[in-house]
Amino acid sequence: MDLSPDQTVFWEHGFITINLTLVTTWGIMLLLIVSARLITRKLRTDIEISRWQCFLEMIVTGINEQIKEVGLEKPKEYIGFIGTLFLFIFISNIGIIFPGYTPPTASLSTTAALAVCVLLAVPFYGISKTGLKGYLKTYLQPTWIMLPFNLISEISRTLALAIRLFGNIMSGGMIIAILLSISPFIFPVIMNALGLLTGTVQAYIFSVLATVYIAGAIQNKKKSTTTKLIHHI
Amino acid sequence: MDSTTIIALASIITAGFTTAIGCMMPALSEGKAVASALSSIAQQPDAAPTITRTLFVGLAMIESTAIYCFVVAMILLFANPFWNHIITQ
Repeated sequence: MDLSPDQTVFWEHGFITINLTLVTTWGIMLLLIVSARLITRKLRTDIEISRWQCFLEMIVTGINEQIKEVGLEKPKEYIGFIGTLFLFIFISNIGIIFPGYTPPTASLSTTAALAVCVLLAVPFYGISKTGLKGYLKTYLQPTWIMLPFNLISEISRTLALAIRLFGNIMSGGMIIAILLSISPFIFPVIMNALGLLTGTVQAYIFSVLATVYIAGAIQNKKKSTTTKLIHHI
Repeated sequence: MDSTTIIALASIITAGFTTAIGCMMPALSEGKAVASALSSIAQQPDAAPTITRTLFVGLAMIESTAIYCFVVAMILLFANPFWNHIITQ
């Protein structure tokens, strides 16, 4: 049984391997970039706007709102990173409605890469907001005894981000594959619908957690409830 | 019993126990979380968006423990390193 789409290899030369994960990832990236380019080619500020512009504005406004509610004051600076994460994971999870499609997020290498992006983005935003000293100070919160624990939590939460997304999406595909061999007609469809729900929720969770980690690094004075909760877990 | 049988037996039984316990405990705790979130929404319907968002994040945190158990069970069943080591010998 295939555990991940990494095992479907199309072309191999030296250490360069082109597998299904890579192809699907680039396909989704191309889809996102081309559609965004096509829609934003002629933006208008009239009363009447095209329906695609309205659709895109809804997405951007919604993501901005969510970022603001989690506790980052100026969402404009972060939507480039967090919005891209959300849209990429969302599109790649929701693609399971097409038959024969394997989501790239069902491979640990994709989710690990996304988690590493979050790991690097946290110090990037932290240093650019509060300076190097201010960022390093967050590791000494609440006292300096907590330094090793803060470092461990940095690593473990990255691992958790990767494994959570991978496990959820991989288990969805696995359950459908197992059910197809037991009761091959109606029941897999229901599980596929559940997979759509899980995929959407996981995309949301991944981006909210990234936002919460960034908000924790830049040390807002006014913390939201979600940020407080995460810091107590 | 030779070592191949012992490894197969231990892997299968452990995978079963991993899935069983790893489903049971997160289910209990998720039920607890949802129950208290529902009662707080009933008390304060105005705070429903905040409570729902926090609930979802918390549920994902709880559910990830179940997912870890699932991943371990899958590794034991389909990508067992000890089994592969014995087979290749």
